[in-house]
Amino acid sequence: MNGPIDEAESLRALFVKALANRSFLTGLIITSIIAAMALVSYVWVPYDVTYLPVTNRMATPSAEHLLGTDHFGRDIFSMIMVGARNSIAVAFIAVAMGISVGVPLGCWAAARRGWVDEALMRFNDVVFAFPALLSAVMITAIFGPGAVNAIIAIGIFNIPVFARVARAGALSIWPREYILAARTAGKSATQITVEHILPNIANLLLVQGTIQFALGILAEAGLSYVGLGTQPPMPSWGRMLFDAQTRMIVAPHLAIFPGLAIVVTVLGLNLLGDGLRDMLDPKLRRQR
Amino acid sequence: MSGASLLALENLSLSIGDMEILRQVDFAIRQGEVMGLVGESGSGKSMTALAIMKLLPHAARASGRILFDGSNLLDASERQMCAVRGDDISMVFQEPMTALNPVKTIGEQVAEGIRWHTGANRADAEDRARAMLDRVGLPESKFPLARYPHELSGGQRQRVVIAIACALKPRLLIADEPTTALDVVLQKQVLDLLRDLVDESRMGLLLISHDLAVVTDMADHVTVMRNGQVMEQGETARTLKEQRHPYTRQLAEASTHVPARAAPPEQAAANATPLLSVENVVRDYPARRTSLLYRPAPFRAVDDVSFSMQPRHSVALVGRSGCGKSTLARMILALDSPTHGAIRLKGQHLEGLNQAALRPFRRDMQVVFQDPYGSFNPRHKVERLVAEPLHLLDEQPTRARRREQVAAALADVGLPADSMDRYAHEFSGGQRQRISIARAMITRPKLIVADEPVSALDVSIRAQILDLFAELNARFDLAYLFITHDLTVARAITDEVMVMHDGRIVERGKTGDVLDNPQTDAARELVDAAPDLDRAIRRRLARI
Repeated sequence: MNGPIDEAESLRALFVKALANRSFLTGLIITSIIAAMALVSYVWVPYDVTYLPVTNRMATPSAEHLLGTDHFGRDIFSMIMVGARNSIAVAFIAVAMGISVGVPLGCWAAARRGWVDEALMRFNDVVFAFPALLSAVMITAIFGPGAVNAIIAIGIFNIPVFARVARAGALSIWPREYILAARTAGKSATQITVEHILPNIANLLLVQGTIQFALGILAEAGLSYVGLGTQPPMPSWGRMLFDAQTRMIVAPHLAIFPGLAIVVTVLGLNLLGDGLRDMLDPKLRRQR
Repeated sequence: MSGASLLALENLSLSIGDMEILRQVDFAIRQGEVMGLVGESGSGKSMTALAIMKLLPHAARASGRILFDGSNLLDASERQMCAVRGDDISMVFQEPMTALNPVKTIGEQVAEGIRWHTGANRADAEDRARAMLDRVGLPESKFPLARYPHELSGGQRQRVVIAIACALKPRLLIADEPTTALDVVLQKQVLDLLRDLVDESRMGLLLISHDLAVVTDMADHVTVMRNGQVMEQGETARTLKEQRHPYTRQLAEASTHVPARAAPPEQAAANATPLLSVENVVRDYPARRTSLLYRPAPFRAVDDVSFSMQPRHSVALVGRSGCGKSTLARMILALDSPTHGAIRLKGQHLEGLNQAALRPFRRDMQVVFQDPYGSFNPRHKVERLVAEPLHLLDEQPTRARRREQVAAALADVGLPADSMDRYAHEFSGGQRQRISIARAMITRPKLIVADEPVSALDVSIRAQILDLFAELNARFDLAYLFITHDLTVARAITDEVMVMHDGRIVERGKTGDVLDNPQTDAARELVDAAPDLDRAIRRRLARI
């Protein structure tokens, strides 16, 4: 029995490959730091973000306040930590929503073809036709602003993205001969999808997932910026930018640090996605 | 042998990393001569061709000399090579589907090289391209320059590829398996064209092939390669007639191998139920709508086909590509349903049954595909791959029992039991085809439909797999339906042959009778075009 040994070996090979891939490694480190910040914020932050010592407003970065304070005297570093928690949660749930609805729809369309495929994909086109952020504004305008509605709004626009990726991937797997063999073994379309299609399109979905995650963070920041996302007193990166913009001249650090947080997070996730794609693409893998 | 050679390889060695790909390859081609390069996959044939073109992978290190017209190509700069490639030396690749750029017209693609190398203006280059396409059998009236590759069939595309390669009258043409992707009739046409072009412009041709019969028919001299080394070379007819080198003999024997088979069962009594009967089956595909309101008549892929098969019988379904063989096979396997007609397995109707009702029938018929690489899910281990059809049993076996069954199935096809813990990509092509057969055998079916099961394999592996098919046929009372365009396979392993043409079965009879004495035009065309080593050697000896 050499099964487990092989598996351990292939895991180690994967690990070595991951270390050799620069963009994957950089992305992973950045993303881990942001995620760690968000997690730590649950148990400890340097200063409480709901406490407003207004006397110490707009302090520049110092040993006491690492990134300075905002116009209410709140510690910006603490706010970025708590904001990360929000951004990540919103983007994560929105991506999960997109995957859990979009992937089954895409797989169903690929398995059934015919009118089901046609109807689903045309519906997709309709959802795609709306600019996502504008529609999110519409949804939050109807149901009221708030983190939950922001999640739903962003999540809905993730559905057609994943449906399309899943369908395209599944369509390229369906004509393979091992699918025909599975069909002659009497397996149903659902079984084939679960056993053969999904494992083979998982890498596509993973890469798309990291890209959508980055877009979700941007969208959440955008919604919060226009006041439709996370509501005060909960800090969020987008709101921090909005609050800072009128004070840009007197206290530029109020805008720079939340802005940097968004840029770095999105960059990290994109690098992670790029690295993952390179690692999982068997064509690129062979060249190495 | 006198006369200066056009191309001479002297002690050509090639390595990639630590791996030696070629070891001291020596051969020479003179003007107007056809050199056949034969060998099995991995023997270094294609690498030799790429070395001559200097299109080697980056990590490759070559030593020795490649003399073309007296100058060593290995010393030439990339710039000098660009002037040589396409002008003095051209290449025809195996896969006509990918060798053409799909977004450019055939005219542009033929003219491209002419303009690049001669500096001709567009109009002149297109005139020459036109003349070249006429020469390869694509006349202006039917194939204007503005055609795109996807509008052409495989054989026509390969003609375009040849037109591109020969447009500048190269002194040396390298053809790497130029007909492997084509059916036998197209193969013969393309080979005839190549030979005519060689005779006309006195160019040298390096023909790379795994098919000894093709090489014998075409080449004046032959070089046999194995593991990067030249095993034997010499004048074609004599080399293959005398078969001095053991490896040459082995190759020749493998390519005409006929497995020992038990006598076919006596014709069953007329009233016995046949294992499979196909009655007046028709399959139409809706044609592409040409305008909003008008839809042309549907395309009839299979047209009123009827036949029946007895248990233990081995039947070949032969025909050119696109004749409807695979569509018919899919209907028999209940992967597709006929537009009209009936398909019965052991007397029971299959058409119109839902998946659940088909389960007992699926147990009795399984399939083996052509491509040993594409027929396995790359993410599953062999145990799971082979056990897949066990899903059809009413009672699911326990894990231990399942492993036993898989081991037994693997043993039946001559693989060790520990293969089941490995992935499909860890096996060679021949071993994969054994795994494929094990998967088909595990439910102990009565009928196996095999779609070109050996055409992707090397000749010696092919011979082994054919032996395996013959052995299983006798041991397990299996009936086979072999779908193939390769008459050698049909002759080796089947009792009966059905010839299919344009969706109809035009001829049916005992294998020997049909192949030796075909009655219909379609069958005669196939038999005449099929490469046959013994015939080719005889023809070549007669020519001398």
